[in-house]
Amino acid sequence: MKVSYYPGCTLKTKARNLEDTAIGALAVLGVELVELPRWNCCGAVTSLAQDDLLHMLAPVRDLIRAKEQGSDKLVTICSMCYNTLARANLLMRNDAEKRDALNRFMDEEPDYAGEVEVIHLLNFIRDEVGWDKLRAAVRRPLTGLRVAPYYGCTLVRPAEVAIEPAVDATVFEKFIEALGAQLVHNPGAFDCCGSYQILSHPKQALAASAELLGKAKNKGADVLALSCPLCDYNLGKRQNELVADHGLESKLPTIYFTQLLAVALGLDSSLCHFELNHEGTRSLLEERNLISTVAV
Amino acid sequence: MRHGFAPGRICSHWEDQMRILINGRTVDEDFIERVEEISEQNIKRCMQCGTCSASCPMEADMDLSPRVVMHFTQMGLRDVVQGANTVWICASCHTCEARCPRGVDLPKIMEAIRLLTLRKNKDAVDPRQLEATVIDEAPQAAMVGCFRKLTA
Repeated sequence: MKVSYYPGCTLKTKARNLEDTAIGALAVLGVELVELPRWNCCGAVTSLAQDDLLHMLAPVRDLIRAKEQGSDKLVTICSMCYNTLARANLLMRNDAEKRDALNRFMDEEPDYAGEVEVIHLLNFIRDEVGWDKLRAAVRRPLTGLRVAPYYGCTLVRPAEVAIEPAVDATVFEKFIEALGAQLVHNPGAFDCCGSYQILSHPKQALAASAELLGKAKNKGADVLALSCPLCDYNLGKRQNELVADHGLESKLPTIYFTQLLAVALGLDSSLCHFELNHEGTRSLLEERNLISTVAV
Repeated sequence: MRHGFAPGRICSHWEDQMRILINGRTVDEDFIERVEEISEQNIKRCMQCGTCSASCPMEADMDLSPRVVMHFTQMGLRDVVQGANTVWICASCHTCEARCPRGVDLPKIMEAIRLLTLRKNKDAVDPRQLEATVIDEAPQAAMVGCFRKLTA
């Protein structure tokens, strides 16, 4: 099975661990992620101003690329790309006036009216692979690993693009259980990590990150699973600062959900690029004999 | 990071803020109209319950809480609202929007207030002030997101 795939900027550089594991793991599950030709940056955040159509051009162009491929589905992995593309798609589907303005502005492009469906990889796995098939494909169950799911903001808000309604969301939980891991209820699963404010107000963003990591840690999580490279930066790569200056009592490794998937499917751990993760992630998995110890 | 302009701390919190004069002449109708126009929100819907402030992950460091920004925007206090750091510290996480019992899309109102400044070509962050290590390590999504929201 082939499906159109939008990677986004960060997955090609600082989050290779997210992209490589997704492509590798999906191949094992019989799915080929076909990268869009000539994709561009989605803009990372959605314009919230009704009179600002210019910032809708970038995500809509990506959706047009998917339509040109003859696809009715576009899979994304990065949470921010998912949110931006899904919201632009809803605008094109539901607002005739703005759709016309955008289509006329891009007169070199074919008209677009929201024909493509934007799907986050977690939902794609739920709907197109299914939990039973996933469970059957697991070669190395993550037995005993206590995993807390972290949805963050952009997978669940606003409600019209939520991968599942936030209060009732179970897709991440079922994914973790299908891999044989022990699910940890995470009261901070939908909290904000501070997002892009890490650059302009780092103190406040780090405080928000420390608080939400503490919630998962207090529930006994070994590792926090996530799908957003920006969340991983705030929660994982900046974690030493959270412990030193923001009251986080002890470290909590972070891992992309696709890395958990790759490990459980028995893929070579070199594909996982754990060197791009929080420093404790690889050692945690080595301790639990989920990946073999290798010289770095 | 240094801000490109200095909003100052007009009020630290509701409890210890300076006295603010409100009368017919202080109500900036144009400000109310522009915020409602850009955000497509009816700001009068807000009933001041404070759910937004209680939900906001950044509220502790805001000059004015989200509820107070709503209140002062309803009163047309342009200078007080635009002088506070609130809209610049908002991370557009949409928690307030998800929980508002009156269906007010607060992130859109925050964006409208930001844009009233940004559209005067005033930046709230200066990309040149970023540390080299942060540029090396931060994901593109952080930079694109931050500069989209906080620069003209």
